[in-house]
Amino acid sequence: MLSEANVCLATRGLTKVFGAGRLKCVAVDHVDMDLCEGGVVSIVGESGSGKTTLAKMLLGLINPTEGEIYFQGKKRDISTQKKKQEYWKGIQAIFQDPYCSYNIFRKIDAVLLDCIHMRGGRKLPRARKTEMMEEACSFVNLKFEELTNKYPFELSGGQMQRLMIARVFLLKPKILVADEPTSMIDACSRATILDMLMQLRNEIGMTVIFITHDIGLAYYVSDVVYIMEHGKFVENGCADDVILHPKAPYTRRLISDVPKIHEVWDLSTV
Amino acid sequence: MENPTLEWVIDEKIPMLEVKELTTKYITRFHENVYAVDHVSLKVEAGKSLGIAGESGCGKSTLALSLMGYYFPPLHYTSGEIIIDGRNITGMDPDDVRKSILGTEIAYIPQSAMNALNPTQKVINFIEDVVQAHDPLKTKKEIYDLARSSFETLGLPAQVLQKYPVELSGGMKQRTVIAVAVILCPKVLIADEPSSALDVTSQKMVIKMLKELMKSGFIKSMIFITHELPLLYNVTDEIMVMYAGQVVEKAAAADAVFDPLHPYAKGLMGSIIVPESGLRSTKLVAIPGVPPNLKCPPPGCRFADRCKYVMPECRVTMVALREVKGGRAYRCIIPERELREIYSKEAYDTSVFAR
Repeated sequence: MLSEANVCLATRGLTKVFGAGRLKCVAVDHVDMDLCEGGVVSIVGESGSGKTTLAKMLLGLINPTEGEIYFQGKKRDISTQKKKQEYWKGIQAIFQDPYCSYNIFRKIDAVLLDCIHMRGGRKLPRARKTEMMEEACSFVNLKFEELTNKYPFELSGGQMQRLMIARVFLLKPKILVADEPTSMIDACSRATILDMLMQLRNEIGMTVIFITHDIGLAYYVSDVVYIMEHGKFVENGCADDVILHPKAPYTRRLISDVPKIHEVWDLSTV
Repeated sequence: MENPTLEWVIDEKIPMLEVKELTTKYITRFHENVYAVDHVSLKVEAGKSLGIAGESGCGKSTLALSLMGYYFPPLHYTSGEIIIDGRNITGMDPDDVRKSILGTEIAYIPQSAMNALNPTQKVINFIEDVVQAHDPLKTKKEIYDLARSSFETLGLPAQVLQKYPVELSGGMKQRTVIAVAVILCPKVLIADEPSSALDVTSQKMVIKMLKELMKSGFIKSMIFITHELPLLYNVTDEIMVMYAGQVVEKAAAADAVFDPLHPYAKGLMGSIIVPESGLRSTKLVAIPGVPPNLKCPPPGCRFADRCKYVMPECRVTMVALREVKGGRAYRCIIPERELREIYSKEAYDTSVFAR
C-alpha cells in the first residue's frame, strides 16, 4: 500500500523483458513513477526507448516481467477478464494510429454505444443514450447525425482521433494514456486535438499520461516530464525545469534535435 | 564558398525549375473534375530550396507529382508549362519522361519512402535496376563502385548495400531511399514529407543529409514539402503556402514564419510547437473548419468560409495573387498595409490552459 493520498497510479520496479538468452531485450528496466491526480505527465524518448511498452503495461495489455503497479493506492489485480474490464473503466487509451484503433466491422454509433454500456448505462432509455452520444460528438466538433450510419474508415484521420476523444468523454476514466495521439496528424489539426484533450481533462478532471517523441509537444501540454532512455528514466521533474534547463546529456540531445525558430538549429551534432 | 559547384551555382542564378500556371486535375470514377493544382507558378534557382506548406488535402503532394511531368490516371495534365534547366518537358511522351527526365533531371522521394524498397531484394539489386533503366550498358561492377562511393560520400556504411530492407531501421531506410534517388545526380529533388514517420533524431540525420546533398553538388535545387513549419523554416530559403490547390502566400522563409500576410498563413503559424521558453504562455490557435471540396470550389476566395476577416465581396470576386515588395506575393483582397493594421490591432491572446 502506498501512503500518499493523491497518487492515483504508481509503479515500483516495473520491468519488461522480451526474449531470452542471446536475444534478450530489456524494454523497460525497473521503472518507478508516481502519477498525481489531475496532472498531465509526459513520457518522452526516441523510438525504441520503451515508451509504448510501458504504456501497454500500465493499460494491462501485456504483463510485466517483474514489479508492481498500484492503482488508486491498491495493488492492481487484473487476473481475470472481469477484473480487467473493471480496471479499464478507470484507465483508457488513445493510440497513435487512428486507422487501426477501431473495429472496422462496427458502425460509429455502435462504438459510442459501447462506451455508454461500459459505464453502466445499458438500461437507459434510447432517447437519453442518443442525447449522450450527441453531446459527446458536439464536444469534439463532429455532427452526430452525419456519423450514425458510417463506418470509422469513412472518416479522416483527424476526425477519427476526435471520435476517440468523444469515446473518452463518454467513458470518463480516471486516467487517460495518450500514446502519440498526434504523430499521424498534420500540424494544423494537431492544435485542435491537443486543445480538446486539455479541455476534456479540465472538464472531467482526469490524469493524462502523454507519450510522445516530440519534446516541444511535451513541453506545451504537460506539468511533469519524464525522459526515458533505453527503458530507464534519466530525468524527471517539472516541465519548465527539465526542458529549459536540462541536466542529463540525453535530454540535451533530444532538445537539440528538434527544429527551432528563435534559436539556431545546429545540424552538426548528429 | 569552398565548394566549386556551389560557387558556380550562386554566380549564374539559373532557374533550375520553372513552372508557369500549371493546372492538373483528378478525374473521379463519376467523371467529375477535381482541380487539385490550380494555376501554380513557381521558380527554383540553382542552389536554392523551396518549401511547400499547407494542411492535408491542400494539394501539396499532387503538386509534387505534377512537377515531374509524369501523369498516370486518375491524375491528368490540363494546362501550364514545366521547364527544367531550360528544357520544356510539357507534352512529352510518358515513356520518354520516365527514361530521360526522372532520376536524371528530377527525382522524387515519396511520402512513405520507407515502404518504397522491395522487401525481397537487396539494396544493391534495387540500385542496379535504377541505374540500368537509364544506362543499360553499365556493368554490375561499375554500378557497385558508383553506389559505394556515393553511399560513402553521404555518410552511409557500404554494408547497407548488401542488406535487405527489413534489416535496416526506419531512419536508415529513409536515408537509403534518398541516396538511391540522387544516385544519378538529378537537378531538382522533390522531397515529400521525408521525415514525417521518423523520430526527432532520425529526422535530424535525414535533414542533415539533404543539406549535404545540396552542398556537395549531388543535387542543384530542392523542393521540400511538409506541414511542420519549424522544419521548413530551418531547411528552405523560400516558403510557399498552399490552400485548396492554390498558392496563397510566397515569401522568404523568415518572412513567411514571422510576418505572414495571408490570413491562412497567419493561422498556420499559430500551430507552431517548439521547445523554447515562451511556448507555454501562448495558446495554440487552430483554424476552425475544413478545406472546401474541390469538386465544386467556391467562386470567390477559397478560404472565405474559415477566414476571420471575411467580407461580403470575398465570396464573389476571384482573388488574384498579389505581388508586393520584397519578392513576396499573397492571395487576398485586403491590401498589405490594411492587413498589417488588422494584425497589429488584434490583441494577442496570451491566455493559457487553466492548469
